[in-house]
Parts: sequence; C-alpha cells; structure tokens
Amino acid sequence: MNALRKSIYHYGYRRARDQDAETVVRHPVVVVGAGPVGLAAAIDLSLRGVPVVLLDDADRIGEGSRGICWSKRTLEILDRLGVGERLVEHGVTWKLGKVFCGDELLFSFDLLPEEGHKMPAFINLQQFYLEKALVDRSLELPNLDLRWKNRVVGLDRLNDGARLTVETPEGRYRFDADWLIAADGARSTLRGLLGLDFAGVTFEDKFLIADVHMAADFPTERRFWFAPSFHSGQSALMHRQPDDVWRIDLQLGPDADPQAEQEPARVRARLEKVLAPHAFELEWVSIYTFNCRRLDRFIHDRVVFIGDAAHQVSPFGARGANSGIQDAENLAWKLAAVLKGEAGHTLIASYEHERIQAADENIGHSTRSTDFMSPHSSAERRLRDAVLALAPSAEFARRMVNSGRLSVATVYDSRLSTPDNTAFAGAAKLSAPLPDAPLARRDGKPAHLLESLSGGFEIVYVKNGNPGPPAPEGVAVTVIGEDLLDRQGLFAERFDATPGATFLVRPDQHLCARWRSFDATAIARAHQRALQR
Amino acid sequence: MPKLATASRFADPDAAYLALVEARRNLSDAQAAELDSKLVLILANHVGDLDVLREAIALAKESR
Repeated sequence: MNALRKSIYHYGYRRARDQDAETVVRHPVVVVGAGPVGLAAAIDLSLRGVPVVLLDDADRIGEGSRGICWSKRTLEILDRLGVGERLVEHGVTWKLGKVFCGDELLFSFDLLPEEGHKMPAFINLQQFYLEKALVDRSLELPNLDLRWKNRVVGLDRLNDGARLTVETPEGRYRFDADWLIAADGARSTLRGLLGLDFAGVTFEDKFLIADVHMAADFPTERRFWFAPSFHSGQSALMHRQPDDVWRIDLQLGPDADPQAEQEPARVRARLEKVLAPHAFELEWVSIYTFNCRRLDRFIHDRVVFIGDAAHQVSPFGARGANSGIQDAENLAWKLAAVLKGEAGHTLIASYEHERIQAADENIGHSTRSTDFMSPHSSAERRLRDAVLALAPSAEFARRMVNSGRLSVATVYDSRLSTPDNTAFAGAAKLSAPLPDAPLARRDGKPAHLLESLSGGFEIVYVKNGNPGPPAPEGVAVTVIGEDLLDRQGLFAERFDATPGATFLVRPDQHLCARWRSFDATAIARAHQRALQR
Repeated sequence: MPKLATASRFADPDAAYLALVEARRNLSDAQAAELDSKLVLILANHVGDLDVLREAIALAKESR
C-alpha cells in the first residue's frame, strides 16, 4: 500500500513536433526527469534564454516517496526561479528543533537566530506541491517544452552530443541533444543505459515513513526522539506539513519484515502509540532503507548527472532534494554561458568539481547521522548511549548528539574564485552563497539583497563618495548607498563592507571575488576566471 | 611531532589510579563499560584536541 492517496495532479501526453519531423531534430539541452531537480534545471536554463526540452516518463505528480523539508538556500534558488514566495506562503515555516531521549527533552535548537533574511531556515511542504508550482512556472515559459509520457529507452553518445530514443503512447521517436541532463532520480534510466557503476554503502536499518492526517495543536517544530517509551529502543521523528498532515518516521531495525510492517492494522497500532489520544487517518505509508553513494564522475561527455541520479544520501538532514536543486542551479548558468559562447568548456567541469564536494559533504554528514542513530555493534551503542546520558548535564555531549545535521550550502574549494588579497570578516564567505540582508530601494521600499540581484554576474559596490564606477562588460553593477540603502547596517556587518568594498557575485549568487576598493582590471580578470575563459 | 603527553603528569600517580579503581569497585562489567564510555567522552572533550585524541587512540590500540 505504497500509495493510499492517489496521484494529485494529472497532465496530458501531447504529440511533439519532433515526432513528425523528416530528419532527426537537434536541441541544445534536453533534461530527463520532471521531478523537483529536473524542473529546477529546465526552468533555470529557460530563464537564461536556453531552449529546453524536459521529458518525463509519467503524466502525473503526487506518488512515491517524497521530500518535505526545503532549506533556506533551496528556497532562495526557487525564489529566483519565481516560485519562492508562493511556496513559503503555502508551506509550514519552522526553525525550532527538539531532541528527546526517552521521554525527556535533551535540548532544543533554533536554526535561524538571525533576522533580515527573506527566506526562512526551512519550510515543510509536500513535494507534490513544490512540483506543481514548478510545473505551473514551466508552463509560463515559451522556450520550455515539457513532454509527459516520454520515456527514454535508448541513448547513443555522439561526438558532440547524444541521441535519444524515446517511447510515447504513440510509439517511438528519436532526437539529438547537444547536452543531456540526467535528472531521472535514484533509479536513473540514463545511468543504466550508460552502464555506470553506482557504488556506496547500503544501510541495513529499515524505517517506517507515514504521513497522517490529524487535527493536533502540537507546536511547529522538528521533534526527534532517541528511544522514546512509545517506540521502544528505536528513534522517531515527527514533522508538521500543511493541510493538517504530519510526517512520522520510525526506525524499525534491520530485521523488520517490510511486507508485514506495511499492513494497515500494524501501522495504525504503531502510530497510535505515538499519537494517542489524537485520532488520525493514514495518508501514505512506506518502508524504506537507504544508501549513501555517488557516481565517480557526474559528467560523461555530453551527459551530465544531477540530483539523486548522481548521488544518494539518507533522508536525515534534508540533503537529498535540496542538494539536487543546488546541483541544478550550479549547472544551469554554466551550461547557458557555454552554449552562448561566453565561457570556456572547462566551466562545465567546474560543475562536477564543486558539486562532488557538496555530495561528499552530504554523504559524510548523512553517514555520521546514521551511525549515531543506528550503532553497528553493542560497543558502538554503548558509546552512543554514553553521549545521550551525558547530554542533559554537559553541553559538549549535546553537541555530539546527531539526529541529522540539517542541510546548509557548501563552501566550495573553487577554481572559479579569486583568492582574497586582504582579510574580510563577516558572514559572507568566498565560494559560498551570499548571506541575505535587509535593504531599502531608492524609493524607500524594503527589499532583500538576494532578490535584488540580476541573475547574471554582478558587482555589488559600496559607495565611496564618488559616483559609481563604470560596469565591466557582461557584469551588472549594484551600488549600496545608491541603488540599495543599508539603513540597518546589516549588509555592512555581514559583508565586512567598508566604503569602496567591491564584491563579484556569480549568476548563482555565490561570491567569487572581493576587494577593498574598485579596480576594473582586477574585476575583469576575476570575471574571466569565473568563466574559465 | 607527537602532541600526546606520555610522561607522568600526576604528582601522585597512585592516587590517580586509585580514583579510577574505586570508581568501578562493585560495578558489573556492563556498568563499568558504561562508566568508561562516559569517562572517555568527558576526558576527550577536556583535552579538546583531535590530534591528541587520535594519538591516544593509536597508543591504546598498539599497546598490549
């Protein structure tokens, strides 16, 4: 009973012009898989002026295992794509987490103690709502061609592209792509068609995941239990979603029988212990195990893997779909720049270089969380239990308690960045996304830094008496103190922004160079470097 | 350069050993193992240096 609920949104198959073409049609970019990651990639490319074909083998959304936690960085990306505000409005915003041992509260944490960010630390929202928002957005974009019920069955590598054979309800057809983006998930068909090895660690522990409909006034916070009385000896997680839906995640151990554990009566009995005295209805139930693994290389000639097709982690820490959307954003601007002839081909290689760092960081965090929750032996369990026993009285032990280290953006060791020649304090880090900051427009209307960026390369320059400097070619300029006003001084604080300070921002809102004063030659050089020209 | 101090640092080593012995007197193996786990964590945090911790682990594993 993997899906108690039927799918929510249906879309129709439509015959594509390619299917009637006399000769094989060629597209600059084809994305395979219209999940959150593929949709984000396609929309980003489309907004950057690259025509995209997006294929999906289904014609509906709302089935299957789903993410619910969307991190701040992901929301910032989705905001740039045009759906961020809609999602935040719809989702449940949370920033508090509580960790219990037995039935005692060990500690609580606040994920966004700082004001002045447009996006919250996290929202919870059912994945199908996020997919629906992205599909709606993609339908507004004339150069994005979304084809449902288009299943890839063949892939031939060409010297400078790939040829796809696609099956539809009306038979097969073929077309070519200069670049093929594989966003087709953990069971990637494209990975299989290329015969790529997907090696890593499989964890034996089985988990029960359930979404229940329940009217309850539990506070909006992430709750995690080690060995609560209602679920003996194992861990449990509870999270709120919109529509009075709650996510319950119960560790069942390695020996659980997946068939028996999905029997509705058995699931209900387990959940009643968690939720009593509240009445609830089951929305969706599944048993899962998980893997931590990645492809050796994310780029195979003209086929680029993103999201779960490239790497998989455990669900603890919200690092799956979030990192996939961050892959999509990292690749989109680079591919667009290469297709437009603005960048060297090696810029694409930097996608792999940067996102493998992120994948390894995510796999590392996810593996450590899992090791803490599911010790491998009684000796390891004894040490884990010692940490839990010390946690109420010792701060150092609380810091070791690991119920999932929640996703934050990776700071890359990036060849696209120009190393600092003077020290900068503040929250802004080279090769990381800019911290957001509250500003005001010229007319006094409030605005945030990130939503004010152009989406291309951009200089953010702090006014220093003189009129603003001339813009280097291909780089937008925003002057703090002119275009945007830092009335609260938080931009200055977060960027260590003294008068004249100059920040070069990548199209994906990452900081790639900074100086204490405006130097057009240095900026041009850093821009070339970031484009690998 | 090893950072782990292996020269004696207690003015009265016998008293230090006695304190550790007395802590486990009348404990079962399981209780003593639990105590040792906590002590390891507490003392490791007090040291607060991952290099020293790794050297200590290596020394503990190689000596028999």
